[in-house]
Amino acid sequence: MHKYLPHTESDIEEMLKVTGAQTLDDLFSSIPKKLRLTKPYNIPSALSDDNLTKHMKNLASMNQELVIFRGAGSYDHYTPSIVKSLISRQEFLTSYTPYQPEVAQGTLQYIFEYQSMVCELTGMEVSNASMYDGATSTAEAMFMAHAQTGSSKILVSETVNPRIIEVVKTYARYRDIEVLLVPSMNGETDLSFIEKNGTGSMGLIVQNPNYMGVIEDYSKFADVVHAQGGLFIMNAEGQSLGILKTPGEYKADIAVGDLQSLGLPLSFGGAYIGYLATKMQYVRKMPGRICGITTDVEGKRAFVLTLQAREQHIRRAKANSNICSNQSLMALAVTIYLSTMGKQGLVDVANESMKGAHYLYTELLKTNKFEVVYNKPFFKEFTLKAKFDVKAFENALLKKNILGPLHIGDNNLLFAVTERRTVAEMDLLVEMAVNQK
Amino acid sequence: MKYYNKLIFEISEKNRIGYSLEKKNLPEVKLPNNIKRITQAELPEVSEFDVVRHYTNVSQKNFGVETGFYPLGSCTMKYNPKINDELATLSGFANIHPLQPAKTVQGLLKIYYETQSMLSEISGLAAYSLNPFAGAHGELAGLMIIKAYHEKRKDYQRKLIIVPDSAHGTNPASATVCGFDTVEIKSNPDGTVNLAALKAVLSNEIAGLMLTNPNTAGVFEKDIQEVSRLVHEAGGLLYYDGANLNAVLGKAKPGDMGFDITHINLHKSFSTPHGGGGPGSGPVGVCEKLVEFLPNPIIDKKGERYFFRNSKDSIGALGQFYGNASVYLRAYVYMMTLGKESMSDVGPLAVLNANYIKDSLSDLFELPIGGHCMHEFVFDGLKDQSTGVKTLDIAKRLLDYGYHAPTIYFPLIFSQSMMIEPTEDESKETLDEFINIMRVVAKEAVDTPELVKTAPHNTIVRRLDEVKAVKNPILKFRDIR
Repeated sequence: MHKYLPHTESDIEEMLKVTGAQTLDDLFSSIPKKLRLTKPYNIPSALSDDNLTKHMKNLASMNQELVIFRGAGSYDHYTPSIVKSLISRQEFLTSYTPYQPEVAQGTLQYIFEYQSMVCELTGMEVSNASMYDGATSTAEAMFMAHAQTGSSKILVSETVNPRIIEVVKTYARYRDIEVLLVPSMNGETDLSFIEKNGTGSMGLIVQNPNYMGVIEDYSKFADVVHAQGGLFIMNAEGQSLGILKTPGEYKADIAVGDLQSLGLPLSFGGAYIGYLATKMQYVRKMPGRICGITTDVEGKRAFVLTLQAREQHIRRAKANSNICSNQSLMALAVTIYLSTMGKQGLVDVANESMKGAHYLYTELLKTNKFEVVYNKPFFKEFTLKAKFDVKAFENALLKKNILGPLHIGDNNLLFAVTERRTVAEMDLLVEMAVNQK
Repeated sequence: MKYYNKLIFEISEKNRIGYSLEKKNLPEVKLPNNIKRITQAELPEVSEFDVVRHYTNVSQKNFGVETGFYPLGSCTMKYNPKINDELATLSGFANIHPLQPAKTVQGLLKIYYETQSMLSEISGLAAYSLNPFAGAHGELAGLMIIKAYHEKRKDYQRKLIIVPDSAHGTNPASATVCGFDTVEIKSNPDGTVNLAALKAVLSNEIAGLMLTNPNTAGVFEKDIQEVSRLVHEAGGLLYYDGANLNAVLGKAKPGDMGFDITHINLHKSFSTPHGGGGPGSGPVGVCEKLVEFLPNPIIDKKGERYFFRNSKDSIGALGQFYGNASVYLRAYVYMMTLGKESMSDVGPLAVLNANYIKDSLSDLFELPIGGHCMHEFVFDGLKDQSTGVKTLDIAKRLLDYGYHAPTIYFPLIFSQSMMIEPTEDESKETLDEFINIMRVVAKEAVDTPELVKTAPHNTIVRRLDEVKAVKNPILKFRDIR
């Protein structure tokens, strides 16, 4: 007996009769005897709900909740409470992929709204229903470019988050795609290197703002990449798109990135959501699900998965991508977040992050404990070179319940400030820096 | 169901807001014009209550597992326990940054480690990585491991992956994405591996074979040991697609069957919600000799201390961080709820439920495969096809009666496939009601076939014009205007 298993002994007996089997084990006669298990798994004993709750609370308490000044792809933003409450509705939470559109109009509709919002954010023409995260969406963009151009060489700017580069390299390695890193000059992607080495490649991947926090000006890049026959792929995280020049405005062919900053908790790195948007001319090379509008037999407006001939369940070995499950519920969270923040709220919250980051940057420099590294425009993340032991700094901060900046090599520290960080928290961080040696 | 058909953009009113935000008394930052957004994103302008009512109405256009019986084959639509949701989102899990030092996230690392240990025990493999985000992502990881293994042995000519024609579409697609060529082999009539067909394609170019067991027709590969021997003798590795693991929970371990690599869909066998198409979680597991190929970073343990490490033989990183933590946390809670006492009952009761439905309906529906099935089975449409009622029509008619449809037109080896998987969580009463409705629909197919062929009638929208959606793509709000 178990609360999830409704069968009584008499149920089992009656049901077995219908099947013609004597015992439950008889139903498994096709499994060779030698392979059939005879004893229970060696896993822990079941816990009652109350004891399990205590157990989980105890484990949760072994994780330290900190005041966070670290980003690098995961950001401590505020999420309105309605996001969690609405995505917990069972109709959204427990349903399957919308393959029966008549009873999945809810999912299909929010996918359509999500696609619309991603296009607004990125300035692109078409978005899919979501990808796993910002790194895998970048790798999938590379596969799109590979399918479109037939080339087996991709250029990736060295200023892209190294964790994203790692994933791109993993995907590339098994497909025999060569990844050529474009060096950086003073924190920015070196365009002249691309002019010299880009011909014959499938295109270029850049990130904005880049890993070090620098907002790069990519105005001249699309023309160079296009002249070489490649696609221009830009990775940009969600919140920055509220105020920074969009991939569409930079004439990018594919826009990718992570939208965790738009309504998803930190949650140790997942579940997040990657987005992928492109121009209509490349839609048939796009991975993943796409929702469109049509009508039913009575002429009512309805939503439906469309252009499915691209996908694995139809094309099988000829598909450009193997993605099936994506991050649908996270797409809903982002859609609700963006609806709540709305046109002005997204701009305001991005500005609050940026104001805080610039205040902290200025105050830290005043301590004389840091050197400027790039002196370039930045959004909510920036890099400073510390003149002290960065490991000791991290530990000192942890003692004050602060997750300090990320050490990114060469005594450089990458700070992130979101709208949640108060002036008092920033002042404490500065004060801690003053005492470092 | 209520018919609500507005888009959030269509209830937008200029200058209405739905957020609150503290404005810090700090100087505004002026960015140079060349890097600023030129036109503002046209997001909705709505109040908080507008958003809540809108998405509540939108949700009511969906059918969830809690709405009613959801016999979707190969999808394992179990109950998604509430306690999983509550405990997986405790603030000590939700508010943890992925780049915190390991010493500050020992609770989470311990759960990660213990979840992979339990999966190892359940599947009979040496180790797991929970990093893959979904089933197909786990497949990709597994195939990369196969490739890395052969390359390490300088066995470079192994470029072929064998996939039976009854396999999930993700199998061949994953092989392609991983740079393999796929060799599709014809199955026996019951979808099992045809040994002669297998032998015919084995060579020193074979990297591995991908298999779902029980297969997509709900049949256990009785020759699995022979299949394993043949593939291994040819120098290949055996990959287990764990989509149907639920059938053998408590009954058999893929590792014992000879599989070297598996992926497991936590959103199927381990009760995490499907979320309308994700997030899933597709842990990849390997036998002893392949442990060092697992994706980086690997979460390991020394004494009672948990830490991250990178393996030099690893296939590399598969995502920015370490998988869908909020999903494997739920799966962990589920495993601890069942424990050793009840985990072994899952497979037998799931299999009992499937056989009960099958044997209660096989007089009216065409059963292409005899004998006991595993956790799911396939009907090849109605027995009486004289009125022209097809599987699609039956599926749509079930919607009218408040049931979700089974998986239809898959597997591809039958023309009118209708794949039914009840899971162990459903009671005999629920199954009896479903059986009764299936019989009603079968009778309608004879008495009033037009009624069935034009179903659904009671849903908020009826059959959709899918061709129109392709011919005239409207893929965002701006396309409407």
